[in-house]
Amino acid sequence: MSKNLRWKILVIFAIIGLSIFAFYPPQEKIKLGLDLKGGVQLVLRVVTDDALRLEVQTSADRLAEQLKTANIPVTSVNVVSPTSFAITIPPEQDAAFRASPALVAVETTYERSSGSGGTYTFSIRPNLVVQLREDTVNQALQTIERRVNELGVAEPVIARHSAADQILVMLPGVTDVNRAKDIIRSTAQLELKLVEQGPFPDEAAARQAYANNVPPDIQVIPGTIEGVPGQPSSVGFYAVRRVPAVTGRDLRNARPTLDENNRPAVSFSLNQDGARKFGIFTQANINRQLAIVMDNRVVSAPRIESQIFDEGRITGNFTNQESQDLSLVLRSGALPANMSYLEERTVGPSLGAESVRAGILASIAGVVFVMIFMLLYYRLAGLNAITSVIVNLIILLGIMAYLGATMTLPGIAGFILTIGIGVDSNVLIFERIREELATGKSVKNAVAAGFDRVFLTILDTHIASLISAAFLFNFGTGPIRGFATTLTFGLLANVFTAVFVSRTLFEVILMRRSKTASLSI
Amino acid sequence: MRILTNVNVDWLRWRWHSLVLSWLVILAGVGLMATRGLPLGIDFSGGTLVVVRFDTAVSEDQIRNAIPGDEESVQRYSDAVNEFSIRLPLQVGAEGTDETALAQTAQRMLADLQKANLGTIEVRSTEFVGPVIGRDLQRKGFFATVASLGGIAVYIGLRFRFSFAIGAMVASVHDVLITLSILTLAGYELSLNTIAAILTLVGYGVNDQIVIFDRVRENLRLKKREPIETVINTAVNQTLPRTIITAGTTFLAVFSLFLFGGDVLEGFAFAMLVGIITSTYSTVFIASAIAVMLSPKMPARQVQSKAGRQAS
Repeated sequence: MSKNLRWKILVIFAIIGLSIFAFYPPQEKIKLGLDLKGGVQLVLRVVTDDALRLEVQTSADRLAEQLKTANIPVTSVNVVSPTSFAITIPPEQDAAFRASPALVAVETTYERSSGSGGTYTFSIRPNLVVQLREDTVNQALQTIERRVNELGVAEPVIARHSAADQILVMLPGVTDVNRAKDIIRSTAQLELKLVEQGPFPDEAAARQAYANNVPPDIQVIPGTIEGVPGQPSSVGFYAVRRVPAVTGRDLRNARPTLDENNRPAVSFSLNQDGARKFGIFTQANINRQLAIVMDNRVVSAPRIESQIFDEGRITGNFTNQESQDLSLVLRSGALPANMSYLEERTVGPSLGAESVRAGILASIAGVVFVMIFMLLYYRLAGLNAITSVIVNLIILLGIMAYLGATMTLPGIAGFILTIGIGVDSNVLIFERIREELATGKSVKNAVAAGFDRVFLTILDTHIASLISAAFLFNFGTGPIRGFATTLTFGLLANVFTAVFVSRTLFEVILMRRSKTASLSI
Repeated sequence: MRILTNVNVDWLRWRWHSLVLSWLVILAGVGLMATRGLPLGIDFSGGTLVVVRFDTAVSEDQIRNAIPGDEESVQRYSDAVNEFSIRLPLQVGAEGTDETALAQTAQRMLADLQKANLGTIEVRSTEFVGPVIGRDLQRKGFFATVASLGGIAVYIGLRFRFSFAIGAMVASVHDVLITLSILTLAGYELSLNTIAAILTLVGYGVNDQIVIFDRVRENLRLKKREPIETVINTAVNQTLPRTIITAGTTFLAVFSLFLFGGDVLEGFAFAMLVGIITSTYSTVFIASAIAVMLSPKMPARQVQSKAGRQAS
């Protein structure tokens, strides 16, 4: 055996060995996609307008507040779109307004345009709008990540999706889909606000209390009115201060607990800054009601009995599960904006397991069908083709396991297609060898010529297939990406097996033959 | 064993017949798509699809009655067991309605089924696709197919000749249209999986063409004085065994997927099976015919020198 050939065989066995080592045992080493394992895949849209609107509202409130302190009266302040607000100044104050330092501060982030009747419109600068939207989506992504981690899902995927405001969440093995969805989507905006008046039975009554002219620093929001213990609570409306005393951002921790009546509740603690603010606030408002507002709804409105610094408790009609989930979302922080579900796919674990069985069966059947055909048609050379196809599949599995690529149901289709592609290359070579033999070349020369002539063709066909696989990868998510990945690795492995492994096999067979020997092809 | 060795068929003589035949199939398919609409699966149309399995015998009508409204379509998914797929379209005017409410359609449907007492229900899978995603996928699917065709055409144009690239592209478009037509005729829906199959076909079909073009280039170098028609005909004939055998073995592999791969991959496998046949046909009849039509009617010597330059 020539030294060259010995090296080739060594390389082939080393690669087969490494591949088997990489994927064995396959149950542990091959990562299965959601469609094979069961689980849920969600696409969420972050309503970035919410975050912008909040930003605009805050700026508008701050400007109005500053003008008020500077003794410049403001006729009205309105948020007119998610990215702009309008402010109206009495004509005689126009000069003072234009000269006020508050205006300079606002204009670092807003563009001002003046309209008729002393109305000015402030719009967020376009580049900042883009930036704010981007930040909102990233912030939402991080919050979801924290929540999913707290849920204890193994190997989740949380990533930006195709459009700028979309997030893809994949939770393998999750069975209680609705709970997961609620936890992910809950905005969890906690605000503690002072109750001015209420509760009222309906919104009209609340407005009536202010003679239908609710001042700008007061807002009317719905909530639960707790009845006497044992009585069901009812829905009502509270008039509360618009500016919260503390918010979820001031939280240090939250955990489920029980209230004095042994009902599930959530206790929270505030960070240093929050505790200081809350201490001052509660001291000034002893004996008044504090509204605990979650996502713009009053959950409960306890009376402030003494000064409180850093500990508090949220009660309400919670179940155990609800108090656990509420503390989870509070701990992981608020979402910066609302989210809606654009897509949801759930695969039950039994369907996944059946798909795996079907896929394995189809793959084995595919190999067997092709094997029978090749042996009939090319006789011993067919064995050669089968060997190189099987080596191809082993390398493919090895690459997938090594890179941690995900096997999906369409990925199994890619696996089976790889069998077809692998055989194709061999057929191309064999047919060429037959043609070369027909021209009267010796077996060794015919084999060499066959491989040499066909090499470029194989390269061309594989590159063309890789081009379409690349677009396929770009087009799809989850399952389809799995297909594109399997196909790509299959193609790459095939260049090696069809050209190198198959040729080496021929060389081994022909090693001890005389020049005149015939070839079983 | 050998098949089709030393065949000598004048394939190009049939090019007009084949073009007419292809157009007839495509027109039938496109006509059907135009009248009935392209049968979009929920990946593209949006909507809700729930697959459930009951532990007792249940009929389609019992399920239909259990679900309020009459927009749902119920299909027995698998004969062996009481498994059904229930599909609801996106509610009308979905554009403005709350996306979250839409996403809960599946839960409502399952609650309705529970109430109807049809036996224990196992939820096999649920899918909800909102209007935004559906539209997005339609656009991306179309773009991916076109870009993939274009990418491959550019590659062939660079490696071979411009006329070959056009021939390959026409043949690929032909394959895509025929596959779509036959999918429609057979009543399959267009899903992510069938689009994946079609994109794969684009790559697969081109394999055959590259093998033939490669042989044409080689033959042009050897036989300098023959007209391009003869050269292409010879190349098709020489590679015919390979073309047929490859199609056969790939067909066998994909056929096992069609038989054993389960319901989810059936559409994919069917599209591939159709595609393997049409791409073999289009390689022999369409791609080379277009390449000949676009080739300048110059003496082969000049063609050869051009090919030689490009090959080097």
